[in-house]
Amino acid sequence: MSAASRLEHAPREAPKGFIRCYVFGTDHKVIGLQYFFLALAAVTIGIILSLLMRFHLVWPMAHLPFVAGGIMTPEQYLALVTMHGTIMVFFVLTTAPQSAFGNYFLPIQIGAPDMAFPRLNMLSFWLTLTAFLLMLAAFVVPGGAPISGWTAYPPLSGLGEIAGPGEGIGQSIWVISILVFCFGSLLGSINFISTTIDMRAPGMTLMRMPLTVWAWFVTAILSLLAFAVLLAGGILLVLDRSAGTSFFLPAGLVVNGEPLAHGGGSPLLWQHLFWFFGHPEVYIAILPGMGVVSHILANFSRKPVFGYRAMALALCAIGFMGFLVWGHHMFVSGMNPYSGLAFSVLTMSIGVPSAIKTFNWLGTLWGGKIQFRSPMLFAIGFVSFFVTGGLSGIFLAQPAVDTMLHATYYVVGHFHIVMGVAAIFGIFAATYYWFPKMFGRKMDETLGKLHFWLTFVGVYCIFMPMHFVGVAGGIRRYADSTGANYLAALQPLHRFMTFAAFITAAAQLIFFYNFFRSLRKGERASANPWNATTLEWITSSPPPPDNFGGHYPSVYREPYEYSVPGAHQDFLPQNLAPEDLPRANEEPRNA
Amino acid sequence: MARRERGSATGPLLLALLLTLLVLATVYAFAAHLYPAPPPITSDAVLVDRQYNLTLYVTGAVFILAQLGLAYAVLRFRDRGQRARFTRGNIAMEILWSSATVFTFVGLAILGRNAWAEVRFTPPASDAIQVEVTTNQFVYTFRYPGADGKFGMLDSTLVNAPAGNPLGLDPNDPAGKDDIVVPTLTVPVNRPVELLLRSQDVVHNFFVRELRLQQDAVPGMVIPVHFTANQIGKYEIVCTQLCGLGHSRMYSILNVVSQFDYESFLKRQAAGQ
Repeated sequence: MSAASRLEHAPREAPKGFIRCYVFGTDHKVIGLQYFFLALAAVTIGIILSLLMRFHLVWPMAHLPFVAGGIMTPEQYLALVTMHGTIMVFFVLTTAPQSAFGNYFLPIQIGAPDMAFPRLNMLSFWLTLTAFLLMLAAFVVPGGAPISGWTAYPPLSGLGEIAGPGEGIGQSIWVISILVFCFGSLLGSINFISTTIDMRAPGMTLMRMPLTVWAWFVTAILSLLAFAVLLAGGILLVLDRSAGTSFFLPAGLVVNGEPLAHGGGSPLLWQHLFWFFGHPEVYIAILPGMGVVSHILANFSRKPVFGYRAMALALCAIGFMGFLVWGHHMFVSGMNPYSGLAFSVLTMSIGVPSAIKTFNWLGTLWGGKIQFRSPMLFAIGFVSFFVTGGLSGIFLAQPAVDTMLHATYYVVGHFHIVMGVAAIFGIFAATYYWFPKMFGRKMDETLGKLHFWLTFVGVYCIFMPMHFVGVAGGIRRYADSTGANYLAALQPLHRFMTFAAFITAAAQLIFFYNFFRSLRKGERASANPWNATTLEWITSSPPPPDNFGGHYPSVYREPYEYSVPGAHQDFLPQNLAPEDLPRANEEPRNA
Repeated sequence: MARRERGSATGPLLLALLLTLLVLATVYAFAAHLYPAPPPITSDAVLVDRQYNLTLYVTGAVFILAQLGLAYAVLRFRDRGQRARFTRGNIAMEILWSSATVFTFVGLAILGRNAWAEVRFTPPASDAIQVEVTTNQFVYTFRYPGADGKFGMLDSTLVNAPAGNPLGLDPNDPAGKDDIVVPTLTVPVNRPVELLLRSQDVVHNFFVRELRLQQDAVPGMVIPVHFTANQIGKYEIVCTQLCGLGHSRMYSILNVVSQFDYESFLKRQAAGQ
């Protein structure tokens, strides 16, 4: 499409009827919202599963009305572990930051009418929803949900029922759900990449893209490369489980007293394939949050992002290096110790672009005029968690120290803070920030702030003590603390964390209340309530079906032109042409 | 354009206070050793502790500076009606902090090499005692080669735990006749010990806190690790690799005894074969 024909594009009508608009809609905004509400449902289930786990760790003998037999068994606990991890990683941390917000805002921020492939986009969502429903079905099949964790290491995950409850149909459904999810993500990432490359408005050069767009773009490339490998690994696992192959199963297995006829496979092969996906997956979860945080810090500090180029390059560097460090998950796996050393140096090196991001966020705040609105608070919280979780990772990146901390609660605390909570704070920041654009109404500020304070404190209270439990040798994925004598001494910390978890989870009800109430009763939002510069703010709230009502923007300036000296106001929208810029002595006009 | 109302100071104050509290609580909890790891019982574990402490000091310093820097920034630069300082960045600063991070983190990784290399790259002393560790759901089984110093052949089709052959020892192999098979690990103090880790079914792990050592046991592989314990005592062995419903109950004991007690343990076991 040439620039001229873009500009003369007639306004597009929204499809009529609920089914065509919301069920089989191809509008990227509708699909973004579908992903958002899918993630909202998933996170609700994920939190409930985690509360059940925290409850069981402290009161293992309590009678629970909804548990078969009344008292939770170890295999039921491990099913919770598996499903909590899987649902959170795939259906929340991959779905919300990238598929939901990326879908909604990437086309608008680059001045495009839609994604490059709108029908493919709809298919991606329907595949993801199918995967989600399949995953939930694992709870109700005979034998229940799988017990092999979200990492599903074979042989445990490759042998079927003989390896334990949930390893029959439950594990099969789990693998198939993951395969369907992979397909959806692959199609989605192709769409994101094509859209970013092909659909940018005139003047929207790469170095004028908002950092959110950079983050979604790099994340899409990671998704394309990482999910392809998980897809391959998952297919091999299905074959091992059902076709009698032995990709991951070696000779000489004796399971439950029964010799098996497998031979020639390697359990470490799965670990390599899984973590070749699994480590980039961490960045798939966190990079969009980094983009959102840079975007919001600039907006509410009323300053350009400090070191924009370094920030964009750091995103690319983290994305690239993210593929070189998977072996740090395998220091104790029996992998060659020399490769352990190589992975260690590479992992420590990824701290460099991460540190660049942190310093530049501080640099963006420095000298600013910081406005403490809900999105800003969550963005600052993200920075705090990213620092904490990043630094605790420095321990685990060293194989010698990892041999002491691996598979303890230290690891659980580390990755929850850096990948879980930081990413979720990115999602919250994005939700509070873009709610007025998506729904045309504002969320309540007082409730938003209350939600922030309780969550910020609560989350640190849940996950910081885990590091101490881990240093003392408390082991993750244990259904109870009676297995070793020394574990009993750690129970007081577990009790504290459980109380903190329940209080923090309760605080999320404030968010839900605020969100759903504001949908109908929130104060009406103007097109640009935060006085921001990027293209999503030059169109109405919510945007028309074709995003710009037929008037496609051209871009004349960099994305974060806040407080430019001599300008008539403290923000210059990206589409503001130099000839439209009022001279300093003129009356300011509405942008 | 009318100047917008100034922000209230409550938010930034509270945030700065919370970040400061976070730093104080974390520093206190680490410094006071409220939930410490038990004392190490090998020289390699001492190296691990040293590297852990070094990492704690370095990351601790960065943690304190970054969180307090954040606290300072939100307090100092809150909206008081001032103009934001317009800047797009500073290349010299970028280069400065990138090089500082490279130096710190990669330096730490290189220093950390010692503690890893000590155990992993050097073979055990030639007089090391070999013990084979076999894991299955949810049991550890330890095998000593006996008086002949040789392990007998194993055959997975002969595995039959109820009949007293949990490892599948081949009865036709003379080297296996004197093998000692026991459910706990007994080793003499101050003698190098080499463990050969195997698994019969799924991936398990061998973790002893006092050794600062976790090592997976992977079916199809024999993974060697070695250590020299310098403290007589009983230490707990646990599994840290999710292995099925009995994962949290998989348990054994590492018994570090005097040379005399070790020999009498071997004699007692040999007599019982």
